Amino acid sequence: MEKLLLVLVIILAVIGVAQIAKVYQLSMGIGNKREEEISPAANKMNGALLLIFCLVLFAFFIWELISHQDILLPVAASAHGQEVDTLMNFNWIIIFTVFFIVNFLLFFFSYKYAYDPKRKAYYLAHNNKLELIWTVIPSIVLAVIIIYGLRTWNQITNFEGGEDALNVELYGRQFDWTVRYPGDDAVLGDFNFTMITGPNPMGVISNENLPGRIKELQDEIQKSEDDLVNNILPHSQAMEIEEKIGMRRRQLAKVIAYEQSGRDFSASDDDIIVKGEFHIPVNREVRFNIRSSDVIHSAYFPHFRAQMNAVPGMTTYFKFTPTITTDSMRTIVKDPDFNFILLCNKVCGSAHYNMQMDIIVDTEEDYEKWLLDQKTFAATMVSQIEKKPETGKLEEKRIIAEK
Amino acid sequence: MAAITEAHASQHAHHHAKESFVSKYVFSQDHKMISKQFLITAIVMAIIAMMLSVFFRLQLGWPGESFEILNFFLGDKWAPDGVLDKNMYLSLVTIHGTIMVFFVLTGGLSGTFSNLLIPLQIGARDMASGFLNMLSYWFFFISSIIMVASLFVESGAASGGWTVYPPLSALPQAMPGSGLGMSLWLISITIFIASSLLGSLNYIVTILNLRTKGMKMTRLPLTIWAFFITAILGVLSFPVLFAAALLLVMDRTLGTSFYLSDIYIGGEALDPVGGSPILYEHLFWFLGHPEVYIVILPALGIASEVLSTNSRKPIFGYRAMIGSLLAIGFLSFIVWAHHMFISGMNPFLGSVFVFTTLLIAIPSAVKAFNYITTLWKGNIIFTPAMLFSIALVSTFVTGGLTGIILADATLDIQVHDTYFVVAHFHVVMGLSAIFGMFSGVYHWFPKMYGRMMNSKLGYAHFWLTVIGGYGVFFPMHFVGVAGAPRRYYQYTDFPMFDGIQDLNVIISLFAIMAAFAQGIFLFNFFYSIYRGQKAIQNPWKSNTLEWTTPVEHIHGNWPGALPVVYRWPYDYSKPGKELDYVPQTVPLSPDEEEH
Ligand code: HEM
Ligand SMILES: [Cu+2]
Ligand SMILES: [Cu+2]
Repeated sequence: MEKLLLVLVIILAVIGVAQIAKVYQLSMGIGNKREEEISPAANKMNGALLLIFCLVLFAFFIWELISHQDILLPVAASAHGQEVDTLMNFNWIIIFTVFFIVNFLLFFFSYKYAYDPKRKAYYLAHNNKLELIWTVIPSIVLAVIIIYGLRTWNQITNFEGGEDALNVELYGRQFDWTVRYPGDDAVLGDFNFTMITGPNPMGVISNENLPGRIKELQDEIQKSEDDLVNNILPHSQAMEIEEKIGMRRRQLAKVIAYEQSGRDFSASDDDIIVKGEFHIPVNREVRFNIRSSDVIHSAYFPHFRAQMNAVPGMTTYFKFTPTITTDSMRTIVKDPDFNFILLCNKVCGSAHYNMQMDIIVDTEEDYEKWLLDQKTFAATMVSQIEKKPETGKLEEKRIIAEK
Repeated sequence: MAAITEAHASQHAHHHAKESFVSKYVFSQDHKMISKQFLITAIVMAIIAMMLSVFFRLQLGWPGESFEILNFFLGDKWAPDGVLDKNMYLSLVTIHGTIMVFFVLTGGLSGTFSNLLIPLQIGARDMASGFLNMLSYWFFFISSIIMVASLFVESGAASGGWTVYPPLSALPQAMPGSGLGMSLWLISITIFIASSLLGSLNYIVTILNLRTKGMKMTRLPLTIWAFFITAILGVLSFPVLFAAALLLVMDRTLGTSFYLSDIYIGGEALDPVGGSPILYEHLFWFLGHPEVYIVILPALGIASEVLSTNSRKPIFGYRAMIGSLLAIGFLSFIVWAHHMFISGMNPFLGSVFVFTTLLIAIPSAVKAFNYITTLWKGNIIFTPAMLFSIALVSTFVTGGLTGIILADATLDIQVHDTYFVVAHFHVVMGLSAIFGMFSGVYHWFPKMYGRMMNSKLGYAHFWLTVIGGYGVFFPMHFVGVAGAPRRYYQYTDFPMFDGIQDLNVIISLFAIMAAFAQGIFLFNFFYSIYRGQKAIQNPWKSNTLEWTTPVEHIHGNWPGALPVVYRWPYDYSKPGKELDYVPQTVPLSPDEEEH
């Protein structure tokens, strides 16, 4: 079938080329017409077509505007998002107006002043007054846009969280998102990328996991060294292992430095790490501390009109106050399956197109209830070490207390 | 001075007789031949880039569906069973963007028309340095070959987007395309930069030093002004990209950490600490933004010339046009960080760049209004070149308007890196510049090949292209406003994007149609080179100097003495004159004012 189509396309293409060649030959033959002499008929036709094109373009635009209303994002679900939308609409009005007027003038003049041998063009080299007008008017419009836009921008990008803001950490890596809550102490524990392991994907540091990590690294170094000593390896492979040992040693030094610093890393004990979906309370400011493990990602929350890049090696911030719960939004958009979504919006590798996480905006009570069901970081580490079965938060607290 | 150039010319004439095939067609130092070489190379590159875009549009229109043609071109590895591979998808997008921006619209557009028109329109025998000019082309050629070759390497071509942000582009383990493919990309671009610098320096020197008698700066055609500013932008900004690329190469091979810090990837914590990807973004966009003007200014220059000639009317506001070129050129250096509002840089910096970016809208608006006033009360002849220039003004306005949204940091939060951006830059840069290039080819084809292109086919090509162009990129704005990110392999993993699917089909259909329409152009172009109607000396009744040269190309351009210029190039339909054009070589009559 496909093959057949392919053959068909080729045949059509050949016919097309033959036709084109014929047009070419024919149009060259006609009364020895010169190519540069555009006939009045051709001139009229192209002028008219330009005007028609303009009107069709406008119609296409309006059709899209009407027929694709429903694909546009629903009402902004955050406090600042509503302002963004207002500003956006203000800009749209200006843009649409200018778009229609200027395009119309362009195509209409083309149509109206199509060549007429009886007429001579109007010799108009410049006109300072006109030029001043269309320098000044755009300047004024732009000044308004700039002032209005910057006011909103300054409000939005004051990234210091308020007193009762909820600080959460948002962590991107190829190809998923992880979210960390600060727990009861409202402080996010320290982290370092050398601490990252399977069960500790964010590299969070706690008093408990430092010794374990040191041992792990030492064991790995030991094992690689044994490999080198006990086997006769090809040069390249040996080099690779040596390089790896070097890297591990440098990591180890960092980790040991943490341990010997005498600092207290207990702030991370009550941190809560979640994947797949995360919850935030409605009407409370949420301040995201955004980080990346590997390459640049971008945390994009289209429903909240929020976005910020996640950059390896630094923390970036964005804060917003959700104003609509997931439940209310489901009613608003009349879709019981609706979910707020966090996407990745900076190309980050092969599965970039599917790096997503659901966001649930809860009432304050629901949020607290949900939080209570989550495991703390200390408990994950404990259950990891002791291979304990899944436990609830209350029990975890007990376990930690016992320790 | 004049004596020297005369001697130069006769020496050239000498050469002419015993010129070999190689020195005439291959290692030619004649600007007209080099211009043709640039054009043909750019056309080939454009065909490749366009085919790549059709390939990935197939995937976007009909995600996951099997297409024999993909398998045919990409093989079992990259399109098993005719379904495009996700890594290959990103490679195609990246190479498509890179080729279009750098090879077609920078090297191709400037290379073709600066080379052709600078000596011809300023009245010079050739470029200041024919040898450097030849070198510029061959560097361009080599870098083109390397870029295309990178599509065929085992691990795939570069695939981090045409902006190749590290760490993605710095770490081979981040994606397959960041291995050998990325190395080739960097090598190719480095050579390309060398080519661009050689070319630009030559253009600047030629324009400043080799203008014929009477050709004051204020009598230059706007094409030359545009090429002049473009060349200056290139000389000032490409070296910065070179630096950025060099540091990236070092991060990739020498273990430095300019752009890398605290990275854990593929189960390994890497060594580098202290670098910042944001540094790369600054360096890249310090080139990247002027680059979009490097792409668009020559197209605007061509449009100025074509619109005025075919309206039979002077370009409106000649001095304002020069002023706005200068303003755009200057401002384009202080707006780069509008690509970085949400990169994590200090938001206050963002405020500054909002301001400068919106400023640039003012000279742009002046240009658009001046074009439209040029048409007003004109006597318009719709050659295919003219139609393309008119369409250019339309897309320049339409695309410029959406730029207002992107320049506003607050609104950019919402649409940054979505299809809205893709729509914006394709309309304002892609379509406008491509239209400008077509316009130039149709207009100066008689000068390049001594024959005419067929206007009927030109019309067919124009209408299908302009319909296709708007058909492809207009709906993309809606896709973007719906929140769809760019550089996504498919949108089927999000229920919220179900609604854009039918638009994606429409876009892909238009893209395929537009691609086929280019066949008409290719036929017309190549067929006319050999079979086209023989051109007369000044087919468009134009004022500029290139139409005073003989139809047959000769070294040194003018058989006798160089022409002398007495007036600006836009005396169309001047009152009191019998003809509706007065070439620049015609002296002012005693009672005549210049303009
Ligand atoms: C046949 C006409 C064309 C079609 C159908 C087309 C389509 C596309 C599409 C769908 C993308 C992918 C956007 C994304 O996922 O981010 C893209 C990317 C791009 N295109 Fe085109 N395009 C065309 C012509 C052009 C032209 C003339 C230019 C010249 C400026 C251009 C420059 C670019 C650039 C710079 C990118 C970005 C690549 C990247 O994301 O790194 N394209 N194009
Ligand atoms: Cu990502
Ligand atoms: Cu820019």
